Amino acid sequence: MMKPRMMIYIVLSVILLGSPLFLDTYWVDVLNSVGLYAILGLSLNLIVGHTGLFNLGHAAFYAVGAYTAAILNTRFQIPILWLIPVCGLSAGLFAAMIARPIIHLRGDYLCIVTIGVGEIVRIALINDLSIHLPAWIKGILIRIFGLGILDIFNMLEHLVITGGANGIFGISRPTLFGLIIRKPEQFFYLIWFLVALTVFLFDQLEKSRFGRALNYLRDDDVAAEGSGIDTSHYKLAVFVLGAAWAGMTGNIFAAKMTIIAPESFSFWESVVMFTLIILGGSGSIPGVILGAFLLVGLPEAFRGFANARMLVFGAAMVGMMIFRNQGILPPLPRTFSVDR
Amino acid sequence: MEEFFQQFTNGLAVGGIYALIALGYTMVYGVLKLINFAHGDLFTIGAYLGLSILSSIGLTEHVGNITGVLLLAVMVMALVGIIGVVLDRAAYRPLRESPRLSAVVSALGASIFLQNMVMLIYGARFQVYPQDILPKVAIHIFGVSVPLMRILILMTSIILMLALYFFIQKTRIGTAIRAAAIDQGAARLMGIDVDKVIMIVFLIGPSLGGAAGLMVGLYYGQINFTMGWVYGLKAFTAAILGGIGNIPGAMMGGILLGVIEAMGAAYLSIAWKDAIAFCVLILILMFRPTGLFGERVAEKI
Repeated sequence: MMKPRMMIYIVLSVILLGSPLFLDTYWVDVLNSVGLYAILGLSLNLIVGHTGLFNLGHAAFYAVGAYTAAILNTRFQIPILWLIPVCGLSAGLFAAMIARPIIHLRGDYLCIVTIGVGEIVRIALINDLSIHLPAWIKGILIRIFGLGILDIFNMLEHLVITGGANGIFGISRPTLFGLIIRKPEQFFYLIWFLVALTVFLFDQLEKSRFGRALNYLRDDDVAAEGSGIDTSHYKLAVFVLGAAWAGMTGNIFAAKMTIIAPESFSFWESVVMFTLIILGGSGSIPGVILGAFLLVGLPEAFRGFANARMLVFGAAMVGMMIFRNQGILPPLPRTFSVDR
Repeated sequence: MEEFFQQFTNGLAVGGIYALIALGYTMVYGVLKLINFAHGDLFTIGAYLGLSILSSIGLTEHVGNITGVLLLAVMVMALVGIIGVVLDRAAYRPLRESPRLSAVVSALGASIFLQNMVMLIYGARFQVYPQDILPKVAIHIFGVSVPLMRILILMTSIILMLALYFFIQKTRIGTAIRAAAIDQGAARLMGIDVDKVIMIVFLIGPSLGGAAGLMVGLYYGQINFTMGWVYGLKAFTAAILGGIGNIPGAMMGGILLGVIEAMGAAYLSIAWKDAIAFCVLILILMFRPTGLFGERVAEKI
């Protein structure tokens, strides 16, 4: 016997899959953005929704993935979809390095630190990672190593890795089974296939021992620790997993846009990802997807009010916390079958 | 040496501004254990209100420049303080009994709301403060010329901070604020009206932030609707540096951060200036989360 909720999801998925047939290119492209944000939201949901770690710097990991893809693709012509695991790995490693010393911080402090990390990454990208040593340090180094070191200074100052504020362009289109993916409809199926894959995997994760442990330490850190859950290990693991997923999404974003620049990864991107979880229903997969539609899709429908949209988001966040702090579609209670 | 002294005084002036904003964070945190993310935007509102009042009623033409600026500061502080109280009523008071993280999300929402409200009212472009209000003179100290503006800013912030310090330490209401910060429940039992204390905190903190906004407008000459975000984060860093919840700590932390940042920009790298404060933030939370002057270590963070 199928639950009515499940029926609704299936009907909506079928409508969504068929939508490129009756929507024009522009709206298909909007749905592509919704899909990307849905994946990002789901990855952040593991951290924020399931584990209760406030991460407001998720765009940093998204950026690391996107830049990894863009750099390796434009420098070494590696097909971009092959780079998905590399992007996940680089974002995950970066997250592990960042999170290791700070993961024990309490909610709001962690939130501030992740904002700081996001800003540092953005500033680093704008500065092209170039290292301009101050004159006095140069002076000391020249005295120690002689004038030969000037070449090294020169090299450090002219590192062109991230392309500065202009970013990287000329990223190649992805190919899948010999087909070059270029039209929005083609991207639509690629992106929404990945959304479906993410939903499937994260649903399994949610039901697993790992997922239960995360919920436990979200609800009561101390009790979880007392029951033998290595809380900092789990927190770190979920942080790295979420970041790696965002990194892989960054790859798809780079492939879709073919141009990436630091302002695509500003603090507001992190806020949108965070808000869509809170509004949709934190810890709930359908909630997060609904949140992505509301925050990314809905503003497109009201383009006339584009300026006021963040105003409405802000007010909605406050209102939601006051009147329904579990979000629009909160997770259902866990059910376990007894008729076995 | 000349450059060092210039950077140092600049750092002190900016640090005074950070300290004023940091006080708002630290006071609210002390009483409510809430990071008021919207505080940076109250600071922005202060800067914009100052500009509006200056350009609309021609205050300085009627009463002279110095009195005009003082009156302006009082008006801005009062208005921003009222906005702070309204903010608390609308966004934080309904969430007193909710989980703490709900209040954090509400604070973020309020910050987004206020920032975009400023943008919708005043536009997204930089707004320019009139440049002829305060005399552009420099004072010679130890053979180095320091702009009068810097000294005025540092002096004003120190005066405001001292006033706050004595208010908190010596008056009845100040004692009530300290009591509510230590233990709200016990303070209630002692007959302290905690809601009133919170209201006063939301009146004083934002009004200091508004004063800081006005100072930034006068010092740098231009303001933007997003500036509250960066100043807010840096001031929060300052509050943590001094030990959050600790009022003298916020003052010292602010001035210290201003100096660190000015020195870093001058002697390390100007392009990475904004990253310096965030690095300080991460390092302090890693190695000394209770802050340099934090003595209250009862709570694990």
